[in-house]
Amino acid sequence: MKKRTLWTLLVAMTALLFLLAACGGGQAEEAPAEEPAPAEEEMPAEEAPAEEEMPAEEEAAGGETLTVQGFAGEQTVTIPTVEEGMTNVAFVYVGPIGDGGWTYAHNQGRLYLEENGDNIHTAYLESIPEGADAERVIRSLARQGFDVIFTTSFGYMDPTATVAEEFPDTAFIHLTGQKKNDTNFGNVMGAMEDMKYLAGMVAGAKAAEDGSNRVGIIAPFPIAEVIRLSNAAALGMRQTCPECEMDIRWIFTWFDPVLEREAAESLLDDGATVIITGADTPGPVQAAGDRGFTGLAYDSDNACVGLEDVCLGVPYWIWGPVYLDIVEQVQAGTWVPEDFYGEASDGMLGFFGFMEGQEPYPSVPESVIPEVQDMLDKMLAGDFTRFDIFTGPINDNQGNVVIPEGTTLTQSDLEGLSQGYMDAFGIEGREACTICMDYLVEGFTPTAEIPPLD
Amino acid sequence: MQLKVERRLEVPGWMSLLAIIVAVIAALFIGGILLAYGGLNPVVAYKQMFKIAFTDKYSLSDTLVKATPLLLASLGVTVAFRMKLWNIGAEGQLLIGAWGATLVALFLLPKDTSRPVMLLVMVIAGFIGGGLWGLIPGVLKAYLNVNEIITSLMLTYVAVFFNNYFIYGPWSAGGFGLTAQFPKSAWFPRLLDYADPYPYFRGMTAHTGFLLGVLVAFILYALFKRSQWGYKTKLIGDNPNAARFAGINIRRQIMLAFLISGGLAGLAGMSEVAGVVHRLQESFSPGYGFTAIIVAWLANLNPLLVIIVAYLFGGLLVGGDAIQPAGIPLMIQGIIMFCVISASLLTRYRVRFVRKDKVIST
Repeated sequence: MKKRTLWTLLVAMTALLFLLAACGGGQAEEAPAEEPAPAEEEMPAEEAPAEEEMPAEEEAAGGETLTVQGFAGEQTVTIPTVEEGMTNVAFVYVGPIGDGGWTYAHNQGRLYLEENGDNIHTAYLESIPEGADAERVIRSLARQGFDVIFTTSFGYMDPTATVAEEFPDTAFIHLTGQKKNDTNFGNVMGAMEDMKYLAGMVAGAKAAEDGSNRVGIIAPFPIAEVIRLSNAAALGMRQTCPECEMDIRWIFTWFDPVLEREAAESLLDDGATVIITGADTPGPVQAAGDRGFTGLAYDSDNACVGLEDVCLGVPYWIWGPVYLDIVEQVQAGTWVPEDFYGEASDGMLGFFGFMEGQEPYPSVPESVIPEVQDMLDKMLAGDFTRFDIFTGPINDNQGNVVIPEGTTLTQSDLEGLSQGYMDAFGIEGREACTICMDYLVEGFTPTAEIPPLD
Repeated sequence: MQLKVERRLEVPGWMSLLAIIVAVIAALFIGGILLAYGGLNPVVAYKQMFKIAFTDKYSLSDTLVKATPLLLASLGVTVAFRMKLWNIGAEGQLLIGAWGATLVALFLLPKDTSRPVMLLVMVIAGFIGGGLWGLIPGVLKAYLNVNEIITSLMLTYVAVFFNNYFIYGPWSAGGFGLTAQFPKSAWFPRLLDYADPYPYFRGMTAHTGFLLGVLVAFILYALFKRSQWGYKTKLIGDNPNAARFAGINIRRQIMLAFLISGGLAGLAGMSEVAGVVHRLQESFSPGYGFTAIIVAWLANLNPLLVIIVAYLFGGLLVGGDAIQPAGIPLMIQGIIMFCVISASLLTRYRVRFVRKDKVIST
């Protein structure tokens, strides 16, 4: 009796095993052999262009697609370990490298570093939740002997600071925060507001051409970074279309394909004909395209792949050169932690369609191309920076003067470093802001507002 | 011919154990095939996972950290499951427990409260928070006989948005999805706090929460074995009609079980914010409350076995970082769970092929 039941069990397990093994094999064989574009992850199946050779069934598989793609490409399944005799650099990512946005752009930077650096070995850990797991993961990397550790999301700030204190011989670089120490912990951010200004210029010109004079922007969170970027877009819009107005939707997420699309549709319903998104997916551009309008995506240079006809441009991050610069300094022993805030002239920012070797998308109004190109060239040369964008006179959308004529915002003003903010996060050694980034500039409709926190 | 699934009258102890071992081996084998497709030697990969999770003092400490919320939440789940109350909303109760503890640490008690008082009040608040959240499906079950599987699960999503409202709204630090950091008095002591007198503990983050979990496990074990309440829960679980005839107030017992079950899950949340995150933050729990259900099930609803199983599962989660991209270890974990649950089912039930006419005649 017992023998028989055991046999039943074994047979069942074996059957299960073969079943699963067979499924696995089938998937791997069906996957396309060529390098797939991760941006497709967010694209509904029916919109996938034919030349991508991505069968619709694959898309329908949803969450599985990523794994299958990994198997099809060159070896993507890895064990993050150090290699003796090399400079070992580790990256902690908040999302999956195939997100086609923020983390994708950072991973491109990692690959650039590995390719162009000397004697550099890199590893990454993706989808690490901020908070609970971050400190453990960062510490484990330091313990394994990584020489440089990049942590690429705001929520990693405190965990990185804590571990940096414990491992004085390891270099820690945190992105999008404001904490640092004097020996081994620095932070990096870039003036994306420059590129959003260009996005605003293109959007304004297009809205004027459409005759709507109305641009819509999607804002993830009411934090200084998002407000700064949105304001820069509105100021850029007014450069090319002084009559244009900007509408805004707050969605309280960086990544939510459904919500992002709904926000775009809500903006379109209210009369906008150009959508600028500050969140991760190109869904809003697609939503605009579905109604015969246009939009601008964000984050990575491939964001508008497949959406060329309805996309006007993409402000995107170029992390590679900055990473390489820091790691080379560490190798040379000359690295000093700092609050590094890179400009377009540092080569860390791009506006897709206008950078070297790129062509503006077909929907960009002809008339505005020289003006945008000229401004971009000035930015790349360092002749026009974030401080030029935020120089008075600038009013808020209620008509009150916020930046008087001749006044230029300080770095603390741009980052909205209020005393309360610095107290909450324990940030030391920075000036408090005096004209803090808590207003929407003229150009936003008078009814637009920043949602209160309580 | 027809497939018939029937309950075994008796499950010998050795069989449960053997089933789990066979299942884990089978799962690793399947995972290995998939790893090989990815171009990675499965043996090397598994070795690395094991190394990251179990080999040195740091990894053992990391595994303890991961095991702590699993332990407390599975003990909570165990209480309900023993009465055959399917409370699968431990995740939501965990979140509200963390919310309660945060309320105390940041807003109710002054910063300079002494550590024991602060932590004790946080423990109570965490238990009450989770307990009240658990009581909702409990009351609905007791008075209206509403299916607790659905209510407890759905309340988890309510809890997520409840917390998000606070961390993005009134409690937000600068608009980010997190609160300010707790004062140090609201941190569970960690091993590394004692690194000055004992340098051995440097960099080890295991915290008091695990001891709390072990303590709760022993108390529950004793209660289940020796107390009247333990007997009542078992009786209600095994035979509710007999329990009713014996004069047990079933309604009250159902609500009590949900209160304790939710309360313990709430403690898991409290322990996570006081021991690890030190603030309330969006998605600070990667689904501990759900994994806890599997842990409780594997431990056969025995509180002492829960300690061991929670620790092993903690290791599985920690070892997952050994392989990238993150989908791979998640997949291996999924396969292990799937195989273990299938095996567990097959030890409790027997699958037989029977002739159709025979079935009809019986």
